[in-house]
Amino acid sequence: MSAATFSPRGETLRLVATLTVAGLFSGLSIVIAYRTTLPRIQANQRAALERAVFDVLPGTQRLERLAWDGTRLAAGAAGQGPLEESIFAGYDANDALVGYAVPSSGPGFQDTIKLIYGLQPSGERVLGMTVLESREMPGLGDKIYKDPKFVGEFRDLVVEPIIELIKGHGTLPNQVDAITGATISSRAVVKILNQANAVWRSRLPAPGAAPRAVTGVASDAIVPPDVERGGPVPGGLSGEKP
Amino acid sequence: MSSDKSRFVPELTKGIFRENATFVQVLGMCPALAITNSVMNGIVMGIATTFVLVMSSLMISALRKLIPSQVRISTYVVVIATFVTVADFTLQAMLPAAHHEMAAFIALIVVNCIILGRAEAFASRNPVLLSIADALGMGLGFSFALVLIGGVRELLGSGSFLGFPVFGPGFEPWVVMILPPGGFLVLGVLLLGLAKIAEVRSRVAARSAGEEPR
Repeated sequence: MSAATFSPRGETLRLVATLTVAGLFSGLSIVIAYRTTLPRIQANQRAALERAVFDVLPGTQRLERLAWDGTRLAAGAAGQGPLEESIFAGYDANDALVGYAVPSSGPGFQDTIKLIYGLQPSGERVLGMTVLESREMPGLGDKIYKDPKFVGEFRDLVVEPIIELIKGHGTLPNQVDAITGATISSRAVVKILNQANAVWRSRLPAPGAAPRAVTGVASDAIVPPDVERGGPVPGGLSGEKP
Repeated sequence: MSSDKSRFVPELTKGIFRENATFVQVLGMCPALAITNSVMNGIVMGIATTFVLVMSSLMISALRKLIPSQVRISTYVVVIATFVTVADFTLQAMLPAAHHEMAAFIALIVVNCIILGRAEAFASRNPVLLSIADALGMGLGFSFALVLIGGVRELLGSGSFLGFPVFGPGFEPWVVMILPPGGFLVLGVLLLGLAKIAEVRSRVAARSAGEEPR
């Protein structure tokens, strides 16, 4: 035993063995921690997305995820594909369409801004906007979600012909006042909305022809995805109709 | 063992003031500058770092006779990285909002030199109990520093403390304080102030010992 320890080969083996054992225990602990916290983390992310969708579509009781399949919006692809390629239809207590929640993203001042905003069924007005993820400058750029006045600008905002960013006080219904000291972040938010509008407004079904026909199967109903990891998450929303 | 117990309290308290990691050793500057734009961030980062410090010191001290010296640093890093990952997942599960705000900096606790420093300088050559005392003291001292810097920066830069407005609506926030330059400014002023206090205290101590200063 002692001879093996002092020989060069024994010494090398001992080094390798130490790191192997350390690595094994490390891997094991990380897997245990991951497994233990994963349900909670996913629940947090799901709750955050739900909160955001309900927030931008006031009065919503039930959600449904709709994916663009190239020709029309269909609920069949629910839970599949990235968040960016689907929108959420929100229905109120009487099962009437409140509007659509559109997730979108674009470059901000430092990093990508991910947000979600609500559109009227006709697609003519924005009902609300919530930032899901951003690394904007604390104290300045983070006002795009911390400043109630700026967030309030997106309640009942007309999108035609285009949402405009104004320094100072906008008077027209399609104008948003820029945050002082955070013009770039403000502009980024408006640009993300305009770009998403250009893509999604033409895809919305005509008013009255709401995508009710494709619903009905329980598994098609909304399952908010795991935002960061992009995988489908089991479980539906509360208040969902059978 | 009895001498271990008598050393427990001094090993614990030395990290809080006399050998404060931030203000005296000037270690762990990256989080001390980067995430201290609010008190809450300081508290969360302080707790996470203290957890990693105590757990890795405990582990390294317990295994100090088994770890061959040639691979000790690699082993320490594996141990530290493991606890940081555990802390990262736990924060993500328990405090998603705070985690969201400092995501990258939680993972960067791995490279916080306070932790590797204590592992190498203390835990690898002292018994478990003392290593825990040392790590806890260093962690508390670091947390204290983060909260102090965060408090000054949040108060001046946002006009609030722990998110509650302090100065009322008439206050125009000194925005630079919560931007990166504010971190350097506040840390520099605090270091200067604490160095002055230490100097005055040593002069007073010298005088009371019957010697003339200078």
